[in-house]
Amino acid sequence: MNTAETVLPHLDQGFIDEAEKIISQYPVSKRSASLPLLHLWQKHFGYVSREGVEWIAQKLELEPIAVEEIATFYPMIRLRPLGKYQFKVCRTLSCALAGSYQLFDYIKQNCNALQEVGHHVYLSEDGQFSVEFVECLAACGNAPVMMINEEEWMDVTKEKIQEILAQLRKK
Amino acid sequence: MPFKPEYRLILKYVDSPGYTVDIDCYLRHGGYQVLKKALSLDPSFIVQEVKKSGLRGRGGAGFPTGVKWGFINHEKNTKPVYLLCNADESEPGTFKDRQIIYKDPHQLIEGMIISAYANRAHLGYIYIRGEFAKGAEILEKALSEARERNFLGKNILGSGYDLEIYVFRGAGAYICGEETGLIESLEGKRAYPRIKPPYFPAVLGLYMCPTIVNNVETLCHVKHIVDMGGEAFAQIGTPNNTGTRIWCVSGDVNKPGYYEYPCGAITFGELLYDVCGGIRNGNKLKAVIPGGSSAKVLRADKKYKIPKKKSDGTTEMVEVGLEDIPLDFDTVAATGSMSGSGGIIVMDDTRDMVECLRNIAEFYAHESCGQCTPCREGSLWMKKILDRICRGKGRKEDSQLLLDIANHIAGRTICAFGEACSWPVQSFVEMFEEEFTAKVKEEPPPMEILEPAVRTVS
Ligand SMILES: NC(=O)C1=CN([C@@H]2O[C@H](COP(=O)(O)OP(=O)(O)OC[C@H]3O[C@@H](n4cnc5c(N)ncnc54)[C@H](O)[C@@H]3O)[C@@H](O)[C@H]2O)C=CC1
Ligand SMILES: Cc1cc2nc3c(=O)[nH]c(=O)nc-3n(C[C@H](O)[C@H](O)[C@H](O)COP(=O)(O)O)c2cc1C
Ligand code: SF4
Ligand code: FES
Repeated sequence: MNTAETVLPHLDQGFIDEAEKIISQYPVSKRSASLPLLHLWQKHFGYVSREGVEWIAQKLELEPIAVEEIATFYPMIRLRPLGKYQFKVCRTLSCALAGSYQLFDYIKQNCNALQEVGHHVYLSEDGQFSVEFVECLAACGNAPVMMINEEEWMDVTKEKIQEILAQLRKK
Repeated sequence: MPFKPEYRLILKYVDSPGYTVDIDCYLRHGGYQVLKKALSLDPSFIVQEVKKSGLRGRGGAGFPTGVKWGFINHEKNTKPVYLLCNADESEPGTFKDRQIIYKDPHQLIEGMIISAYANRAHLGYIYIRGEFAKGAEILEKALSEARERNFLGKNILGSGYDLEIYVFRGAGAYICGEETGLIESLEGKRAYPRIKPPYFPAVLGLYMCPTIVNNVETLCHVKHIVDMGGEAFAQIGTPNNTGTRIWCVSGDVNKPGYYEYPCGAITFGELLYDVCGGIRNGNKLKAVIPGGSSAKVLRADKKYKIPKKKSDGTTEMVEVGLEDIPLDFDTVAATGSMSGSGGIIVMDDTRDMVECLRNIAEFYAHESCGQCTPCREGSLWMKKILDRICRGKGRKEDSQLLLDIANHIAGRTICAFGEACSWPVQSFVEMFEEEFTAKVKEEPPPMEILEPAVRTVS
């Protein structure tokens, strides 16, 4: 029934090898590789599609629901595409004390990310930027803290945001 | 003003110029020498040394590590044993494990190999929070370097001992830091905590086998215990509060950061005023959350009863101000709060305590795993009530209602998250009752400032 491997254009050998390597790290139970494979899928495709869930399930000999229920549990796993550059601003106490709510608004305005696509998640019209709140990033001594995709930024200021945006817009 | 210098045992090389994460640098600084020593010792001897050291878990609960390790009876046990490193670092206010992972990963790996050897584990995982993507990369690289040098893998350094360690990345859920939630997550499921007992990891852990879960900092301490011997380690700090601790300070101080001291060697006052350069903008200290956001808040202008050792060896209870409380496990616990994960969050007198609590409540409402009704519903109710108070729609009975809900969560849930979400509410409402009452009477503020920011009151 499942032809995901042939349907997906970018599922090259490199990807499959990497998936196998990950699975080999769980000699006791392949199921343990579910979240790692979701991470892998997301790294390659930006988000986890239905095909992703099915492919992983097949690979691990699980029912798709077993993969889906974890894909929907963990906030970092995305089930739909978001901005090319995803700003994730920490909203928890130490960052809030350092002005992260104001920073959030500032980034939103400057990225033109005004379309609310989820709770505390905003997307720009051109799909370049999304801005969202996340919980404590474990760098509270350098508040306010944020991430852009998987990269961490600390002691963030409005000036720094301007520099970053100028850089990203050049790309 | 001169202040007590740090005593850096764990952070010895962290931030020192030229120190890098690669294995050659670690080896140049004496790395993996303690592992060689450990492999020549009997595993049960190491467990004894850890017992003697008095080491208590640095993940927050402060449970004696040697005692936990002793729960596995190796004479009787026929199942494989697993060692898990808890690198989820999820408690708001805590950022100590990050320093080790990002700046001295081999110290953690060496501590972990020694701990695995002592517990006769042949497979281990480092469960790292998903947001530490870079940290996971650093650890992967460090592990493969260690493998190349045969510090990991088969027949480690000719000792006949085999061990593999892998990195497992979480994905943004706080509850994965709870050890049984962590185990479920690692088994490829939702991170729903298991009920303890019977599911103490040491008894029924990963894949229902005996499993030791320890925090990053705890595992690093093990290396130093084996290095200097349990008794020598026990000389650092105070009785029952041995070794050093890394205190993470954030919030309204001039120099937030991480500072390592022997347990009990420094007071809140010394840490906040001398080490952290005082309260920002010359403001006054209002409140401190001493052990991660789930710890009960302490009010600066209140007196606390703590035990104090007299010169003749007996202890008496004395009343002190917040500034004079020494930082360790037991004294902070005596105030009714806890030193937890070591995350100290400071609030100055411009802060609105109701807004602060609302921020914390939003965290817990977001992070409840949803298994237990009191926690799932209660954490959300508390957040909603705080929202309405902050929106100027509060009712007179709201403070009491908050306390009622909190009192009905703690002690009635599967995991300690129930306490973690209740304690802030209970303590903020009790300690700062006047602010809650005042807010309820307040006229609703104009619409523009309704955003849930922790507003500065001035
Ligand atoms: N570091 C962080 O980011 C966070 C830390 N915490 C801390 O976690 C603490 C609560 O953690 P828990 O693991 O629920 O505490 P706990 O007190 O239930 O357990 C502590 C450790 O001792 C072991 N243990 C205790 N009694 C045992 C027995 N009879 N048999 C076998 N093993 C036993 C447990 O397995 C666990 O490893 C809180 O006090 C809080 O400070 C909470 C949230 C986040
Ligand atoms: C809700 C919750 C979250 C927790 N998060 C963490 C965490 O992020 N890191 C950690 O080391 N321990 C965390 N703990 C404590 C662990 O359950 C466990 O006690 C600890 O990993 C044991 O290690 P230790 O004995 O070395 O402290 C958490 C506990 C609870 C109840
Ligand atoms: S107390 Fe809360 S977080 Fe813990 S198991 Fe119950 S619902 Fe989940
Ligand atoms: S509160 Fe923002 S990093 Fe911890």
